[in-house]
Amino acid sequence: MSQENQANWPLYEVFIQSKPGLAHKHVGSLHAPDAQTAIENARDVYTRRSEGTSIWVVPAEAISASSPDDAGEFFEPANDKVYRHPTFYDIPKGVKYL
Amino acid sequence: MEENQLLEKFQEKVDAEIKVEPKDWMPEKYRKTLIRQISQHAHSEVVGMLPEANWLTRAPSLRRKMILLAKIQDEAGHGLYLYSAAETLGVDRQELVEELLSGKAKYSSIFNYPTLTWADIGAVGWLVDGAAIMNQVMLTRTSYGPYSRAMVRICKEESFHQRQGFEIVATLAKGTPEQKEMAQDALNRWWWPSLMMFGPRDDNSPNTAQSMKWKIKRKTNDELREEFIDRTVQQAEAIGLTVPDKDLKWNEERGHYDHGEINWDEFYNVIQGNGPCNQERMKARRDAYDNGRWVREAAKAYAAKRAAKAA
Repeated sequence: MSQENQANWPLYEVFIQSKPGLAHKHVGSLHAPDAQTAIENARDVYTRRSEGTSIWVVPAEAISASSPDDAGEFFEPANDKVYRHPTFYDIPKGVKYL
Repeated sequence: MEENQLLEKFQEKVDAEIKVEPKDWMPEKYRKTLIRQISQHAHSEVVGMLPEANWLTRAPSLRRKMILLAKIQDEAGHGLYLYSAAETLGVDRQELVEELLSGKAKYSSIFNYPTLTWADIGAVGWLVDGAAIMNQVMLTRTSYGPYSRAMVRICKEESFHQRQGFEIVATLAKGTPEQKEMAQDALNRWWWPSLMMFGPRDDNSPNTAQSMKWKIKRKTNDELREEFIDRTVQQAEAIGLTVPDKDLKWNEERGHYDHGEINWDEFYNVIQGNGPCNQERMKARRDAYDNGRWVREAAKAYAAKRAAKAA
């Protein structure tokens, strides 16, 4: 079995769009010999109850991600910029549509 | 950061109900516990197809057959969601499958009992899936993100499993005296093994405290078992069946049923491989793996051919 292990199918991450107009959302992963088979299998695994109108599969190794260890500093620059939010601004009472 | 400092921060995060994600730092024991628990859960879904497949060709109507097929396909899907969640912890699915086939990994002991009559298919859905759902609903709130998300998907699909099982039992229960007898017999045989599915009693479950602290589990074995009994007794009464426990009694003070002693010797005996179907189940899995080899090879050859053509 170890020989088969070496020849293992690559891992694909699966993203499903649940209806037109919405973003594709990560739902899980599966192993498949190629992308086309991954899409066909993803249909059977992740959309048995009409959960999808479109499927993306991406080789897991092709995904680069930010590091959770540095998340504090990495996202820190946004924390002190409250003026980026509309609630930062004082508007006189009674003024509408702002 | 020092190990115990990391551990402290980890616990703070868990206590604050912030989910743990795959690349986050986690204690080695947390990772190991999850790999063991999630892969056992995945194996149980896969082995769980076998007792049901036993009745696929003999389902009493086309409706029942289609339902059973859909349910079995769901179990395969649930196994896959779970292997996928386990792989985020740094193990390879192939390793996990090999651990199942070699007997190193365990699966739920319930699937080592035989499905002797059609009523058993009803009892499996009603009681076995019912017990599994109690556990799985709790696990939607587990601290590990990918496990929790897999559980949300599974719970959505699983509720049809329990309802279809109950429908089978209820239909038999209002049929001929022989059919009702069959339903009662299935309840008699599946009741106690279903209670065992929740695992040993709290005072004999050494890992529970740590798992609760890390919020891998949110309720103890006995708490879940009690909830299951409270719900199921009422369902049995509604269709005129009797739960096979002479000590079962409503306890007004506690607001729960008191129940008779579970045969823990039987439980451990089945886990150790001596249940009625352990060998048959393992042989079926190994055969499926071996007989499926040519399919895996063919899929690979086909993918290579397709790639060559596209190039």
